Amino acid sequence: MSNVKMEIDGRTVEAAEGTTVLQAAKSIGIKIPTMCDDDRLEPYGGCRMCMVEIETSAGRKRLVASCVYPVEEGLRVQTTTEKIRRIRRMIIELLWPSWQPYAKEYGVTSSRFTTGLTDCSLCGLCLRYCSEVKKSNKIYFKGRGIERRPELIEGAELSCRACGECFSLCGSGWIASRC
Amino acid sequence: MSRLETPADLEKLREEIIAGRNAKEKWVAVCAGTGCRAYGAETLADAFEEEIEKRGLSDRIGVRRTGCHGFCERGPLVVIQPSDACFLGAQPKNVPAIIDKAVTGEGATDKLLYLDEDSGKRLGNLDEIPFYKYQKRVLLANNVRIDAANILDYIAVGGYSALAKALSGMTPEAVLEEVKKANLRGRGGGGFPAGIKWETTRKAQGEPKYVIVNADEGDPGAYMDRSLLEGNPHSVLEGLILGAYAIGASEGFIYVRQEYPLARTHAAKALEQAREYGLLGKNLLGSGFSFDVKIHRGAGAFVSGESSALMSAIEGRVGEPRPKYIRTSEKGLWGKPSCLNNVETWAYVPQIIDKGADWFRSMGTEKSKGTKIFSLVGKVKNTGLVEVPMGIPLRDIIFKIGGGIPNGKKFKAVQTGGPSGGVIPESLLDLPVAFDELSQVGSMMGSGGMIVMDENTCMVDTARYYINFLAHESCGKCVPCREGLRQMLAILERITKGWGEEQDLDTLDELAEFMEAASLCALGQSAPFPVASTLKYFRDEYLEHIREKRCSAGVCTALIAYQIDQERCKACGACLRACPVGAVNKSEDKVFTIVQAKCIKCGACYTACPDKCRAVIKVPAYTIQNQPAAAATLPAGKQ
Repeated sequence: MSNVKMEIDGRTVEAAEGTTVLQAAKSIGIKIPTMCDDDRLEPYGGCRMCMVEIETSAGRKRLVASCVYPVEEGLRVQTTTEKIRRIRRMIIELLWPSWQPYAKEYGVTSSRFTTGLTDCSLCGLCLRYCSEVKKSNKIYFKGRGIERRPELIEGAELSCRACGECFSLCGSGWIASRC
Repeated sequence: MSRLETPADLEKLREEIIAGRNAKEKWVAVCAGTGCRAYGAETLADAFEEEIEKRGLSDRIGVRRTGCHGFCERGPLVVIQPSDACFLGAQPKNVPAIIDKAVTGEGATDKLLYLDEDSGKRLGNLDEIPFYKYQKRVLLANNVRIDAANILDYIAVGGYSALAKALSGMTPEAVLEEVKKANLRGRGGGGFPAGIKWETTRKAQGEPKYVIVNADEGDPGAYMDRSLLEGNPHSVLEGLILGAYAIGASEGFIYVRQEYPLARTHAAKALEQAREYGLLGKNLLGSGFSFDVKIHRGAGAFVSGESSALMSAIEGRVGEPRPKYIRTSEKGLWGKPSCLNNVETWAYVPQIIDKGADWFRSMGTEKSKGTKIFSLVGKVKNTGLVEVPMGIPLRDIIFKIGGGIPNGKKFKAVQTGGPSGGVIPESLLDLPVAFDELSQVGSMMGSGGMIVMDENTCMVDTARYYINFLAHESCGKCVPCREGLRQMLAILERITKGWGEEQDLDTLDELAEFMEAASLCALGQSAPFPVASTLKYFRDEYLEHIREKRCSAGVCTALIAYQIDQERCKACGACLRACPVGAVNKSEDKVFTIVQAKCIKCGACYTACPDKCRAVIKVPAYTIQNQPAAAATLPAGKQ
């Protein structure tokens, strides 16, 4: 695969075709906040924390999730504009108080909103790890929309406790408390 | 019946069928779409068959169970061909009279004819009835003329001639060019040019390529795709085959939603019959081109209508959208180039190939060509399916075709584009209906749902209804859509209960902007439109709920109370009998009152009170003393 040349926050970066903007940023030490991303897993695009502003070589500007957006020649990326900061602040506020790693950086100390269905922020790390790395599929999402919640398949508690590899991935501790 | 080996075979078959059909003088076309079936259209069709048999007219008059005629408000519908005499609300008992009329021109059918309120005249012909007169029926026209379960009917009206034309005389590139030139835009909602989508799929690397029909129509109140697939499945199939030929696809799918059993049956039958005649399968019409189609039954999720979610569902996975920075036309089903179009879009293709791109371009506006089917429902006199040229003003659809608002009520708004569309107020009624024009005012074309609302509709409650629908139909994968909808719903419920605060409106605006910018798929990006558009055009109504704790439409139960106007009350006792909780009190001297502490605001007394009295009235809840605490926690919703 060939390489493409692009620009992130004013810095030039070369990246292999087929990789993502998030990976390219990481390679030159630019940190983009993420929640549902993990190097061992397929990109998911669910949390939207990693959104960035891009301008394509054709001059088209838009907001995209950097964890799933493929690198391309001549792309210009800005990782923290005011628009992006607003989006990230809103995500933290909506998930409050389940998930706070970036709360301080983004100045969120409380939330206007009612809390969700569970403590879980539905990043899917545990179930994707279980499925993709452990090939085990012990956890799944039940319901859809605002009813969506994680669930263990029946009778999996013991074997899940014995494995426990996904516990450390969980920001809210939901999965450990469930087993 | 034998397999058609060449286009000439098809023409020969067509001539034979037409000759057979012409042997009968008249045809009784009974609408057997889902709506009219619910009215008893099948019994009606049986009655026609019996009566014709009984009178020994079987050689002269035929009965045809057709697809949806469109005027669903007045079903079951019967049309006599070739004169196009139209009977509304026909019942088995009317059958002899209709047959008399068909044979001799005389018959006691006056009550079944359309009554024009302005002139007081009875209108007997399809072209005279305003509902049909102002339409331009291109896609729906054949619904009245054919039995969907019979391929011969479709062939008789010119079916598969476009396919024969393409396979015998046009290269795939020429077919593609014609569709591109026509500028056919996707009828499913996005309005993306179909030709460009086809070209992307054609040029994309990867084999095999797939073509897919999206018949996962899920918008509340919308049934254009259902009626087309039910009433004329071969037109959709022919379009799909033409698309496959142009794109170079060898396999196709029709994704039909679970809730459309008749559409699925008819589509399956169409596939079977097309295969039998050699119009599907290997070596179509001897051209060397092979293509086959499978039906995939949806499992009942609104979000599965989104292209990447739909493809996941066909693959056997959960129907959840995935990021589409690489388009599904390049990498779709099983990672292969896949072209997905809506039912209506595919159905247009045969006509474009048959009559040419210029014919198609002669209809519509500069940027939106052709016609569009809308399902006109809600508070409008003539509900049903209407097909109009793009660019027609909204006012014409609602008032000329739809006949305006029933019961002398005032028009308030029209909601277009399905649950994630927006509402359009009266001041914008002269807006031409076309893709870009609707988007500019904060709504969208969507798949063509059009819900008319009158003065008794509360716009806050309307927004709450749609947000509630979307909150439960979103897949829940991404934070902005799932959490944004959760909070929007909570705020709207607070406002409809009278607990809203003014800053809630700013929060709603902020959430709407955030969801549109940050959501993963089009469902989330357009989900805030019902809130954003009602806030834009009906902000006063929100403020009325918040500041005055008042719902002037009388919809939000927490904000209203029922009362009996003693001056109008005739003491008939209907309200007392209707009340399920004994909240209507009758004093010794026959004075009826409502005991507010017991009232659950179900509205039964309001409905029961005779129209001539209208003594049970709705008043703002704050005007009533001793408001029971329980009322405040009632779920907001319809009265």
